[in-house]
Amino acid sequence: MIADIQTFFRHLADSGINLTIFYDAFDFDRFVKGLGNTLLLIVLSAFFSIIIGSAGAAVLTLGKGPATVVVRAYVALFRNTPLLVQMYFFYFAIGSIMPVSQNEIGLPVPLLGSFSWAVISLSLYSGAFNVETFRSGVGAVHNSYEEAALALGYSRAQAFISVTVPLALRFSFASLSNNLVDLTKATTVAYAVGVAELLYVSNQIWSDSLNTIEMMNVMLLIYLGLTGAVVFIINRVEAATHLPGFGLGVG
Amino acid sequence: MNFSSSSQPLIALRGVRKSFGAVEVLRGIDIDIRKGEVVAIIGPSGSGKSTILRTINGLTPINEGVITVGEIRVNDPKVDKVKLRHRVGMVFQQYNLFPHKTVLENVAMAPIQVLKQPRPQVEERARKLLGEMRLPDKASSYPGELSGGQQQRVAIARALCMEPEVILFDEVTAALDPEMVKEVLSAVRKVAEDGMTCILVTHEMGFAREAADHIYFTDKGVIVEHAPPADFFARASDPRTKEFLSKVL
Amino acid sequence: MGDLNLFGRLLEWMPFLLKGFGLNILMSVLAITIGTTVGTFLGLGQLSSLRIVGWPSRLATQLFRNAPWLVLLFYCIFLMPYQVSIGGSVIVLPSWLRATIGFSFPVAANFSEIVRGAVNSVPRGQWEAAEALGYRRSATLFRIILPQCITRMIPPWMNLYALLLTATPLSVIVGVEEALGRTQAAVQAMSDSRMLIPIYLSLLAMFFIYTWPINRLSLMLERRFRTK
Repeated sequence: MIADIQTFFRHLADSGINLTIFYDAFDFDRFVKGLGNTLLLIVLSAFFSIIIGSAGAAVLTLGKGPATVVVRAYVALFRNTPLLVQMYFFYFAIGSIMPVSQNEIGLPVPLLGSFSWAVISLSLYSGAFNVETFRSGVGAVHNSYEEAALALGYSRAQAFISVTVPLALRFSFASLSNNLVDLTKATTVAYAVGVAELLYVSNQIWSDSLNTIEMMNVMLLIYLGLTGAVVFIINRVEAATHLPGFGLGVG
Repeated sequence: MNFSSSSQPLIALRGVRKSFGAVEVLRGIDIDIRKGEVVAIIGPSGSGKSTILRTINGLTPINEGVITVGEIRVNDPKVDKVKLRHRVGMVFQQYNLFPHKTVLENVAMAPIQVLKQPRPQVEERARKLLGEMRLPDKASSYPGELSGGQQQRVAIARALCMEPEVILFDEVTAALDPEMVKEVLSAVRKVAEDGMTCILVTHEMGFAREAADHIYFTDKGVIVEHAPPADFFARASDPRTKEFLSKVL
Repeated sequence: MGDLNLFGRLLEWMPFLLKGFGLNILMSVLAITIGTTVGTFLGLGQLSSLRIVGWPSRLATQLFRNAPWLVLLFYCIFLMPYQVSIGGSVIVLPSWLRATIGFSFPVAANFSEIVRGAVNSVPRGQWEAAEALGYRRSATLFRIILPQCITRMIPPWMNLYALLLTATPLSVIVGVEEALGRTQAAVQAMSDSRMLIPIYLSLLAMFFIYTWPINRLSLMLERRFRTK
């Protein structure tokens, strides 16, 4: 079976479409690793960015004074500067003052490698957008719900957690889906600090095997698939949490 | 349902003033309400009726004056909010049920989460109240699946489940289609007949006349006059009251 | 004294960096111009009732909207010719220009969605009212609908421009010597690791000072249009 597939793609290569990743074990291997790293970047950064987004939105809604100023400044800074420059800033500038240990043969090993910095950078970048998303989700919940909870004796924090947040989440899905699609696309920027993600390994493969067009098309299709998958997952979550008679355009 | 006027009022407002920015919506309000009394507050739109209700359970803080509910001083900044809202329930014009909770959860959640009462006991009480509100089979529905009248009756059950001493009804039929007004009013009447102290802000003059023990008429942030309904509707003395009544009756 | 020295050296390099930033601005202005023009057609194409127009417009919009900017950039850098001959004259396409074209694709796709969204945000009743008055579909679009929603398109268009500007440093990866490229060159020339943080911070500041007012203005306009 596998041999058949490999033979098919070898023949295809003879006719001008050279997809080494489907018949060359070495290319296949690094391609799969690259795809794995991309998936890992997406999942980890999405996770942390959602945590950052929720925490930031909670501070903006409940907090006052210096805490909200800090969150606002964070959002403004990360939304108004290039992700690539942020990533370089973390990787090269902050990385230069981080402690360095040595491995068994005496080579310097930085505390955080390029992958970790990429996750940090992507999480902070996407997190800034998620703060806005969740905050406007909270803003979309009419304050009569919070008021009803207060009238039942809930404190502001209790009302926020058991009433406002569950409703706000339902207003946030469309925007969150957008942010996560952008995050998925933005993982390619990790290429610049040498993370062996999909774009990076594809570049390696086409440099070695001289099949630039084929690899670019494969890569493009995979990214379209990934962004499609993100949208699909969020839509499923949205459908699963749908409430009768509640949502955009209803009451 | 007349109590001797010498008994201590359960709720008392004294010289209550409230401004939103430059607009003074309450300009010295005095009200006394005794236990078991049903009081209706009527008046033109924007006269401050709803604001009066919202000051009683502290949803709207006041600028001047004193409000007491039993021994609780509502306008004390250190007031125990949980204790206050345990004693004072509220039903809103727009029902404000929590759309992500079932009907039963809506009714039972605050006693469980806020008053820390045991769940089985609260849920039993909640089911009984839903029965009284003639909604026994709606316990596991979501609010969005109910009609406006049904939602408002759930909201009344939710207020009752906190076992308050007084319930504030804020124009509870104003958002309803005409055919649902009756079912909600009869639910309110049942609550009143069971001896609950009720303060209603309402536009339903007929209901105020037959259900209330006392009527307060407000206009432009002051109480123009107040009297038992028979007197009020027969012999209103102030020209502002007369004008209002000529429009709504 | 040491700090003062660092600051002095930073100032010395500033003109060099700012010139690079000028290229970022140039690329962004060109790409927004091309992208907005193409995006307008794509967006109106998406709304077309002709399937032969609507379907390809939607496909192109989704394709370029969901593809990573960097991947589109690679396409343009590696697959576009270094020079084109029009008639007899040969025009060389420097990498910054090819990068600009690469940025124009996602901008066009995003603007296409802005146009579609704005037109769809006009209530159906407006179309029906115009139809009842005897307007044809295209006349309704250009005389009744678009004039109403142009203001609504301005804030998201400004956001798109800000997003585009902050994407232009990606071109450093394909060898364009814009602000980030020049920053790296300066870091190498100074070969002083103490300069890393200040120089990257000043680069971030450069982008922030340019982009932040645009996003603020967009937010203000959005609020104003919403209340109208």
